[in-house]
Amino acid sequence: MQQEQKHLWDEKKNIVILLKIFFGICVVLFAVDFVVHKKAHMPWEKWPGFYAVYGLVACVILVLVAKYVLRPLVKRDEDYYE
Amino acid sequence: MNNFLPPAAIFICGAMLIPFLPGRVKQVYVLLLPVLGLVNLLNIPMGSHFQVDFLQYHLVLGEMDRLSRVFGIIFHIISFITLIYILNFDNNTEYLAGFCYAGGALGVIMAGDLISFFFFWEFLTVSSMFLILARKTKKSVAAAFRYALVHATGGLCLLAGIIIHTTQTGSYAVAHIGLNGLGSYLIFIGFGINCAWPLLHSWLVDAYPEATIGGTVFLSAFTTKTAVYALARAYPGTTPLIWIGTAMAAFPIFYAVIENDLRRVLAYSLINQVGFMVVGIGIGTELAINGAVAHAFCDVIFKGLLFMSVGAVMYRTGKSNATDLGGLYKYMPITCACCIVGAASISAFPLFSAFISKSLIMSAAAELGLWVPWFILLFAAAGVFHHAGIKIPFFTFFGHDGDYGGEVEEAPKNMLVAMGIAAGLCIFLGSFPSFLYGILPFEVDYHPYTYGHVIGQLQLLFFSAMAFTLLMLSGIYPAEMRSLNVDADYFYRKGGKLAYVIFDSGLNGINSFVNKTVAQGWTARLSRFYSFGPGRVALAVVKPIWQLTGFGSKESITGEERFLKKYQYANFSIGSTAVFALGVLLLFILF
Repeated sequence: MQQEQKHLWDEKKNIVILLKIFFGICVVLFAVDFVVHKKAHMPWEKWPGFYAVYGLVACVILVLVAKYVLRPLVKRDEDYYE
Repeated sequence: MNNFLPPAAIFICGAMLIPFLPGRVKQVYVLLLPVLGLVNLLNIPMGSHFQVDFLQYHLVLGEMDRLSRVFGIIFHIISFITLIYILNFDNNTEYLAGFCYAGGALGVIMAGDLISFFFFWEFLTVSSMFLILARKTKKSVAAAFRYALVHATGGLCLLAGIIIHTTQTGSYAVAHIGLNGLGSYLIFIGFGINCAWPLLHSWLVDAYPEATIGGTVFLSAFTTKTAVYALARAYPGTTPLIWIGTAMAAFPIFYAVIENDLRRVLAYSLINQVGFMVVGIGIGTELAINGAVAHAFCDVIFKGLLFMSVGAVMYRTGKSNATDLGGLYKYMPITCACCIVGAASISAFPLFSAFISKSLIMSAAAELGLWVPWFILLFAAAGVFHHAGIKIPFFTFFGHDGDYGGEVEEAPKNMLVAMGIAAGLCIFLGSFPSFLYGILPFEVDYHPYTYGHVIGQLQLLFFSAMAFTLLMLSGIYPAEMRSLNVDADYFYRKGGKLAYVIFDSGLNGINSFVNKTVAQGWTARLSRFYSFGPGRVALAVVKPIWQLTGFGSKESITGEERFLKKYQYANFSIGSTAVFALGVLLLFILF
């Protein structure tokens, strides 16, 4: 019985739809900067796509540094202190 | 006279009745206390109340102003929510410790003098320890012990600071202190330990995930926020705080990415959020202080909500590691929805609470042109979405091709109600900013919902999410692993062991060396010397005579032994003693 009950994200199709919507929103958010200009404190905040690029780059750097720099430095066995 | 009470008294004295009440009555009573407390709090007019003379000190137990009031309100709200959340555990230790802990925090924020301030500060710390002990596992007891040691150090530092400060300035009022002189620095560091500053922070990530399910929710609300209050009161506009806060906001997110225990991920993100508040206090403008306080207010609720949702999962599955969870949206849809609201709130999505509070701090930094902190905070804001906003809900409720491996029930009703209230508040605060802005310490003239701000924030969040998606799809995202990541507590946990080894092999080494040389060596030799020395000397004189005269030559060995024994026990025959005495007398007479 458990097998028969399909949940929302068990369908690969639904995940693809979600990803398409998600990337669609990203494109729109990026494009909108070239049409409407923002008011801001810092000059670079007015650059088109500043926040988008910063968010993307920041998170990629975050993950890469955490994975390749921090983890090798600090990772120990679970019973390290025992 | 007064128709109100000190807020701390309602919680602490009220809690003492709890163990004596029967089931249902107890449940109603524990929920009634924070409600009564809040009504009482809102009734207290601005100014100094409950003044007591103690020894030569003038104590003020109820110093009410806008800063104290906003912290008082949020402390009552989160107490109420957490108490609903823990009703099903019906654990007297949790109730009592929770009320005393919250009461201590209320005492701190209402204290008008440093003496009662210190008393409540320590009261808070001691009662919080019981929330960790109440888990009753070997690990939690050890963590509570380390927690106590760190906070004892912090408390002593604070006490020394208060004494020096009071002696130097003659003032023990809880007011602006600022960095000038040894006393003020010690107080600053004492606050910093409770505030989980970098390198002083590891007690938090060490102990909070070891507390009981409800205990962690309590803990996430009070200790650090009380410290934020204390900093906002005594050190607003202290420039080092900008850099301390920036570091706090930045470094924990790296740990959060690789940490496996989801409650520990939340503990790291707690430090990250407090970092924003500390920056706000460091900047010190009205906008920045408002931002710090508003963010503390929102953080208490959304961080409580996140801890509650992970706690509910832990309650049902017994697990809190990312490696053991996943796919629970099928069985715990309401918990999942609440968790997503918490995640959206901490990530500062428009219409959710942190959006209206974090932006105050960011704008304050931008106004003063503090662009380095601004960039790092923006990095931290993207990072928090990454680990708390996505990682927590994803690995708990989705992820791992959607399989936890077993069917579980939805969380108990009382937990759902608590999470529902918190989630509702997150959306309410974010959607109607004027409510929170109206109770902040200073007048607010700020509009978070501008076009540029909303679009900028959405871009930041969506493209952070895109980074997560791309890294996940490409398999670069670090796999969750069963592991432990060492942090600053390494120094005292391993250092403690090292100290033990040093003292063990060092002091015990000295001990056994001294035992061997002095107790067993010298003393024995001395004893032998006094036992046999005179005998041997006498023997050395007598032996040549024996050999010359041939006296006793047949049995010289036994003769020697008998001779030595005589000396050892001073067992001389009367005749030989008389001869000896005569000899000595003759020597005296002749010379």
